[in-house]
Amino acid sequence: MRATHRPISDLVSALLSALLIGSFSPIPASAQETAKAGVRLAAAPKPAKGEGDKCVAPTEWMRRYHMTVLDHQRDKTVHTGVRAGPFDLKGCIACHVVEGSDGRAVTVADPKHFCRTCHDYAAVKVDCFECHASRPQEEQKSSHRSDEHDIAELAGYLKGKAP
Amino acid sequence: MSRCGIGNSTDCACSGGSSSPVDTARRLFLKSATAFTTVALAPNVTLMAFAEAHAAAQPRGEPVTAKQRWGLLIDLSKCADDCNECVSACSRENGWKADGNSRTDARWIRKVTIKNNKTGATRSLPVMCQHCASPPCVDVCPTGASFKRADGIVLVDKHICIGCRYCMMACPYQARSFIHETLEDQKPHAPRGKGTVESCTLCVHRIDAGETPACVEACVAAGHKAMIFGDLNDPASEISQRVAQFPTHQIRADLGLDTGVRYQNL
Amino acid sequence: MKRVIYRELGTGIGFWVPLIIFVALLGVGLGAAYHMEHNGHIVTGMDNRIVWGLPHVFAILLIVAASGALNVASVSSVFGQAAYKPMARLSALLAIALLVGGLAILVLDLGRPDRLVVAMTTFNFKSIFAWNVFLYTGFLAITAAYLFVMMERGLESWTKPVGTIAFVWRLALTTATGSIFGWLVARDAYNSAVMAPLFIALSLALGTAIFILVASWLLAADGRPFDEAVIKRLGRLLGIFAAANLYFAGLQHISALYITQRLAVETFLLLSGGHYPLMFWGGQVALGGLIPVVLVFLAPSRLSVLLSSVLVLVGATVQLYVIVIGGQAFPLSMFPGYEVTSVIRDGVVAGYRPSLPEAVLGLGGVALALAIVLVAVKVLRILPDQLVGEPATMVETPAAASPGLQKAHPAVA
Repeated sequence: MRATHRPISDLVSALLSALLIGSFSPIPASAQETAKAGVRLAAAPKPAKGEGDKCVAPTEWMRRYHMTVLDHQRDKTVHTGVRAGPFDLKGCIACHVVEGSDGRAVTVADPKHFCRTCHDYAAVKVDCFECHASRPQEEQKSSHRSDEHDIAELAGYLKGKAP
Repeated sequence: MSRCGIGNSTDCACSGGSSSPVDTARRLFLKSATAFTTVALAPNVTLMAFAEAHAAAQPRGEPVTAKQRWGLLIDLSKCADDCNECVSACSRENGWKADGNSRTDARWIRKVTIKNNKTGATRSLPVMCQHCASPPCVDVCPTGASFKRADGIVLVDKHICIGCRYCMMACPYQARSFIHETLEDQKPHAPRGKGTVESCTLCVHRIDAGETPACVEACVAAGHKAMIFGDLNDPASEISQRVAQFPTHQIRADLGLDTGVRYQNL
Repeated sequence: MKRVIYRELGTGIGFWVPLIIFVALLGVGLGAAYHMEHNGHIVTGMDNRIVWGLPHVFAILLIVAASGALNVASVSSVFGQAAYKPMARLSALLAIALLVGGLAILVLDLGRPDRLVVAMTTFNFKSIFAWNVFLYTGFLAITAAYLFVMMERGLESWTKPVGTIAFVWRLALTTATGSIFGWLVARDAYNSAVMAPLFIALSLALGTAIFILVASWLLAADGRPFDEAVIKRLGRLLGIFAAANLYFAGLQHISALYITQRLAVETFLLLSGGHYPLMFWGGQVALGGLIPVVLVFLAPSRLSVLLSSVLVLVGATVQLYVIVIGGQAFPLSMFPGYEVTSVIRDGVVAGYRPSLPEAVLGLGGVALALAIVLVAVKVLRILPDQLVGEPATMVETPAAASPGLQKAHPAVA
């Protein structure tokens, strides 16, 4: 009974049709086809080897579950103060360090960073390093001023008197 | 004969030992990622030791309990007007910088100068998160990111902080800062990032390793010894004894928040 | 039996030009939000002392207006005032649109807007903000249901129950919004139970004003009559609510003045704070309260009602600015009896200069709300054919009975 002419419904139909037709356009069936079409697929990522002979858990397991263990660990650490355990983030970063061209460890800003090699490929944004340091703390002047004082005293003692 | 009693005399650092000083020095070099300094002991002899004088503690394996309640006692008669050691130490330890923009800079601790309106007497005191027992910031946080740990330390869980800044509105001490810019090279033990709120953590990473907050340590090192850190629940601790013996002041005590930070001789 | 006919808005320059403007504003607003999120809040005028700024003034304005805009529908459904029934659909739609606009600003201003999912799944129920997540989204759902039962044939009997739920929900929502400030123990300018009823009164005045302005705009855009008698009636409602708003504001400040502890902040807001007292007395009290009340009761006419609506809108904006910004500008009183100085300027009044991204974000939210209204009245049968006099009974026209009246172009007057 609706004799009304609804311009909006026309517009919607046109949009839907365009979408449907567009989605049926030919999809490249193989890499060669895509290569022929001039589209390059990204190569599989090759993350750098970490220190030591293996990770704290099997590689395939880690690939799937590292975020789960990190989420669990972070809640434990922040809310209950438990910092032990194989899955602490500082431990991960210490082993999975990648050296840059200047000899220093790279930060997450560098595509060579361990996390970025896979995450860039998978196009999954890594949120952790908004807050967390992405490389181990460098050897630098300590904030403990007392230590220089202590060492100077110790040196003086050793210089001055023999045991 | 080894004076040190820790086994082989070649492990000893004493320059009176019979082994080569260089070997001795090498053996002192324990595997660790921390910095080291060199000090000349005698001609051709160097002692390599760690800047980190404290023994590396095992990372904490047990959850914290309410058995302990950490607190700070600050004796203002010993707090010097022109001293900023606590502020500098906190800044170095936790990686925040006062870049000159007092409005947007992060500030976990600051020195406040108060002048009595009637008498004109002035006092200087450090003000940081007061680690209240009933924190208003914890009450108002919509996601529970602002929380109080079992041992009394009030923290921000930056994983679930959405950056709404309601806790900053709620804090009676202006203790919280919002991070207004992208940060780089944070300290691994003090993660902080753009868009979240932060405040004094009472150096929770140091407390969990059995140490004292950086500000307290710096105050001691500077010779003032105005700040005491300890367990308010332990009647034998120095802080509990002092609090029991002398009158102490909580800022905005009228709010009934039962702060963990107390001041003496205000 | 007089029927009320609801018709879609006609297409024409009166539809496309505003729509293009709103969408453009919305786009710029989204750009501002991206700029703020990407570079951090350093690009705004907000800092560690003034943590909530112009975007929040806009957001709270829109949210409070949403609650009040529904009042026109509530008056008809819940309180049985038949004269307001033709306006009920537009009232409900306006409420939804304004709330969506306000929430958009709020969410986009967050430090971590990507964590919205966290905000919607992790709750600390001691926080009124957590309750607000439910109150705001629930309001959208309930008002949508309300609009549905008003529009769907055969469901008229549901209008009163659903309308009553929406009315009660509104009161809870506005109470919660006021309590965001009212339950802050730290700030002398806020900590007060009167913030909740103040916000309710503000919402009623503001919502009615915005309804009058939007209804006048849409009806005029389509050449539909909006009787002076009807607009004067709405104007009287506006006047009562503006007076109530004045009352609660007066109560808030007079009570605070009695508390010696609050004398400093009240003196700042009402007397010595520079532009804050100017905004309070000139904007909130005079423009937003006294003048509109005088106009609608002593010189009622279409023009005076429209003018009063604009003034109430201005006054409400100013009122929220003084509440949100002024309350934060005044320093916390940590050491009563002492003059306080520090490197972060404890003890000193904080200045605030709104920045362009903040203003654009706020306006973007307003544009979103208006765009939603405009598109919805174009697509759905929400706008009444005319708002004239007081019909005896209200009946929806069945389509079969009068197909000739269902054309989507302006009817002959």
